[in-house]
Amino acid sequence: MSKKIQGLTIQFMPYSEIEALKSGDRIKKILDIILDNKLVVIQGKLKSEEEARLIEDTMALVGRIKGFKGVELAVISPDVKKRDVLSNLRHNLANALVGNTEALTVIGPASIIKEMKKDPRKLEIIQKR
Amino acid sequence: MVIRIIKNFFKRMFSEIFGKKKNVSLGFYGPPNAGKTSLANKICKDWTGEEIGKVSRIPHETREVQFKEQVDIKYKDKNLIFKLIDTPGIATKIDYEDFMKFKIKKKEAQKRAKEATHGIIESIEWLDDVDAVVIVIDATENPYSQVNITIIGNLVARKIPVLIVANKTDLKTADLKKVEAAFPEYEVVGISAKYGTNMEEFYESLFRLAGKVKRR
Repeated sequence: MSKKIQGLTIQFMPYSEIEALKSGDRIKKILDIILDNKLVVIQGKLKSEEEARLIEDTMALVGRIKGFKGVELAVISPDVKKRDVLSNLRHNLANALVGNTEALTVIGPASIIKEMKKDPRKLEIIQKR
Repeated sequence: MVIRIIKNFFKRMFSEIFGKKKNVSLGFYGPPNAGKTSLANKICKDWTGEEIGKVSRIPHETREVQFKEQVDIKYKDKNLIFKLIDTPGIATKIDYEDFMKFKIKKKEAQKRAKEATHGIIESIEWLDDVDAVVIVIDATENPYSQVNITIIGNLVARKIPVLIVANKTDLKTADLKKVEAAFPEYEVVGISAKYGTNMEEFYESLFRLAGKVKRR
């Protein structure tokens, strides 16, 4: 008998959806999607402190929620070194005004995503069997 | 204008001479099984004759922060006193079934998983209490892991000086160049903590790192 192929839902989260939220609420919103067994693609990137908080909150949930094993997380960003000074200035100004929306943050439940391999601007998502 | 420049020069000079910390809290951070405890053990053995903790091939062997106070390290004509803080490896996922692959029984594996999650939280909390950090990376693994980037990002945000150690260079698949390419803004030292290879360069870099620590 053939094994049923498990589907994977990808939810896109535009930056505007989390822009006004406080760090704790941002992380809660993300974790709610993950706990729903979906992979979330966020426009932009979290602050380093928010990433650390995401790991802390994730660890607090492991063992408390049945079947939850944590998250797989990766951020891909454009190569800023390849930009000229003017272009860099323009992007920095845009980031200061509307936040860093150039990167993409991909977060998925570890129970579904086995691994995310980044190398460095290519992202390979390996799903669990 | 000239007076201000002279004043700033002396201020900088005095802060360089007197502002440096003599007793440095040095954190060892990184993903699980990168060799943080192996390196901390090597340093402790070199300067105190004792070890800081147990090492194992099973990930998350260190599940609580471990310390060694008053480690007096001499390099060339200088000496500094360090408090070594060996932290549990930071990961984004913990699966007790991974421990069972090492022939650990289910109940014990679940206990280890629970302790490991607490250890990760503790590691992150300790970021506020270190003066400088050695990030230990397994040179045979992909350095672009988000855990490495998250740790560095948090240290940069806290203005904590960082030294990156690419460990396990004794293994054939180790790729020091890849680690250097992943972190071009940081000093990277390749070592083998297990065999004590290239420790001389490590100590030189460690003293440079300690030199960046200011009184907080």
